[in-house]
Amino acid sequence: MALVEISNLTRVFDVSKPWLNRVLERLPKSLLTAVSDVSLQIEDRSIYALVGESGSGKSTIGKIVVGLTAPSSGSVTIGGVDLARESDRGAVEQTRSDIQMIFQDPYASLNPRWRVRDIIVEPVAAKGGKTDGLAERLLEQVGLVARDAGKFPHEFSGGQRQRICVARALASEPRLIVCDEPTSALDVSVQAQVLNLMSDLKDTFGLTYLFISHDLTVVQHMADRIGVLYLGRLVEEAAPAELFADPKHPYTQMLLAAAPKMDGFGREVDPPKGEIPDPINPPSGCAFHPRCPLATDVCKSERPAMLDLREARVACHHAM
Amino acid sequence: MKDLQTEPTLSIRNLTVDIPTRHGILRPVDQVSYDIQPGEILGVVGESGAGKSMAGNAVIGLLNRPAHIAGGEIWLGGTRIDALKGDAMRRLRGKKIGMVFQDPLTSLNPLLQIGDQLVETMTAHLDISMSEARKRAIQALEEVGIPAAAARIDSYPHEFSGGMRQRVVIALALCAEPSLVIADEPTTALDVSVQAQIIALLKRLCRERGTAVMLITHDMGVIAETADRVAVMYAGRLAEIGPVRDVLTAPHHPYTRGLMGATPLASQGKARLHQIPGAMPRLDALPDGCAFHPRCDCVQGKCRQNPAPDLAADAGRSACWYPVGALV
Repeated sequence: MALVEISNLTRVFDVSKPWLNRVLERLPKSLLTAVSDVSLQIEDRSIYALVGESGSGKSTIGKIVVGLTAPSSGSVTIGGVDLARESDRGAVEQTRSDIQMIFQDPYASLNPRWRVRDIIVEPVAAKGGKTDGLAERLLEQVGLVARDAGKFPHEFSGGQRQRICVARALASEPRLIVCDEPTSALDVSVQAQVLNLMSDLKDTFGLTYLFISHDLTVVQHMADRIGVLYLGRLVEEAAPAELFADPKHPYTQMLLAAAPKMDGFGREVDPPKGEIPDPINPPSGCAFHPRCPLATDVCKSERPAMLDLREARVACHHAM
Repeated sequence: MKDLQTEPTLSIRNLTVDIPTRHGILRPVDQVSYDIQPGEILGVVGESGAGKSMAGNAVIGLLNRPAHIAGGEIWLGGTRIDALKGDAMRRLRGKKIGMVFQDPLTSLNPLLQIGDQLVETMTAHLDISMSEARKRAIQALEEVGIPAAAARIDSYPHEFSGGMRQRVVIALALCAEPSLVIADEPTTALDVSVQAQIIALLKRLCRERGTAVMLITHDMGVIAETADRVAVMYAGRLAEIGPVRDVLTAPHHPYTRGLMGATPLASQGKARLHQIPGAMPRLDALPDGCAFHPRCDCVQGKCRQNPAPDLAADAGRSACWYPVGALV
């Protein structure tokens, strides 16, 4: 059963200049479509990874799922509850404590003036729950020691801080954790520790992860299903084995070819052409057509629909 | 006099960098020796705090006080440069050594048009006129793949995207035709597809001109594809150095092996990643003996008491008492 269901999700940001400048300089409103008509489902107790380059909208989707940003249109339901529309207060409260988030930068996401104990129990304490011994128990579960509860964040290394963030995310016994680039700020050996910890906790607590990352090797290692985003649109979705062995969208193919390979000694890459276009004026039709080797006239005029193709879903007119 | 053919572009011997503090002397770079041959790309890898950037900054004379070179020698094409004073070093920097930093926005002057920055660099180091320099600046921009270079030369850095800015920085680093380029995490701030473009560019330009490159990065994938040789640093010391294929596929030092195991690989599937327990020690609390011994899975008595063996520039591959795969 799908725990999270995202359907036709769109988020538009108004990035116009201030009203007075617009009037004086006769500028039109400028709107940035960060997420455009994205539909996907996240199965219970699975890891769904969103990959894409900067500006592809992956973090915006994460923020909408946890409720930090409202969708412009479309909907996100978590366990059958749509946080943006649900009127039953109890259901909203319950769903909110079912979702937690782990951020990229463990230096910025812990309050430096709070002791670790207070940081970890806050998701429970804020709702008036019992917190006796909770921080100590969680610290041991994430591989730190109970004694650490009395310390401040600055006394820990980056990897240890990310463990504290994980402990905090676990405090309210969530079902879904949204991880936005959880290991991008960490060194390789520490990243391995945190990734292993996250896999273990998923099995222990039956968690579901929405894993947002730009690192294809990490995603391949962690995910059960991968969604590839380009300019706010979902272009391909498949299981990792399928995606990496047989990428069907030209953008996915380009991305995989460009990623450095550990065994690619002296590999001469034919580097991808061009850059991500301006999201305020995205290309017509398929957003990838100006960089796509397969592009034809239909790509310029018509946005491709998401179609099932063997084990994957692909949005491309020419996918085979 | 050595044969010109075998004279390395850069030669570092027992380089040691010290930072005196109130609580004692910290040593971010400790007895590091390596050579870079003309046209060769040496990858320097290590985790944060390993001293890889410090070593690069020492070469180009950009150590921030109170950090200073406390010992060892740096030779650039037969000239000793570690003791050069301000003016002499400034003439060298940019002319003989080009530098590419991680963040292209902070290495370009936001108030100057990129053409002016290129012209300034060229007229400072080469004996050419302003108009000649401008012509060459356009050429340099074309070479790094900036479309409509003649029109964009009068643009400001903020008018370029991240990838284009890094191209400008590379043009700047190479415009005085240096013999050595130090690239410190040149693609860390960039997306995968742009990273591939920048790496391909750096490789092509340096091959064409025979420029030696010190490529500092933490990304083993970039190293594998780009470098000829790789130097692995840990806690300020060189842990292992050798041809990139040998070091990455059959590492001798347990730390290198741990790093390779910790990197998710396609072939591994969902298997657990190899963990190196703990974290890199702080510089003010380096363990006795080999700095890696508390995290090492094949530690023996000797490692706890004796500092790791020195890694001479021309002998040996790993600074370990009991290298993996070698005879014990």
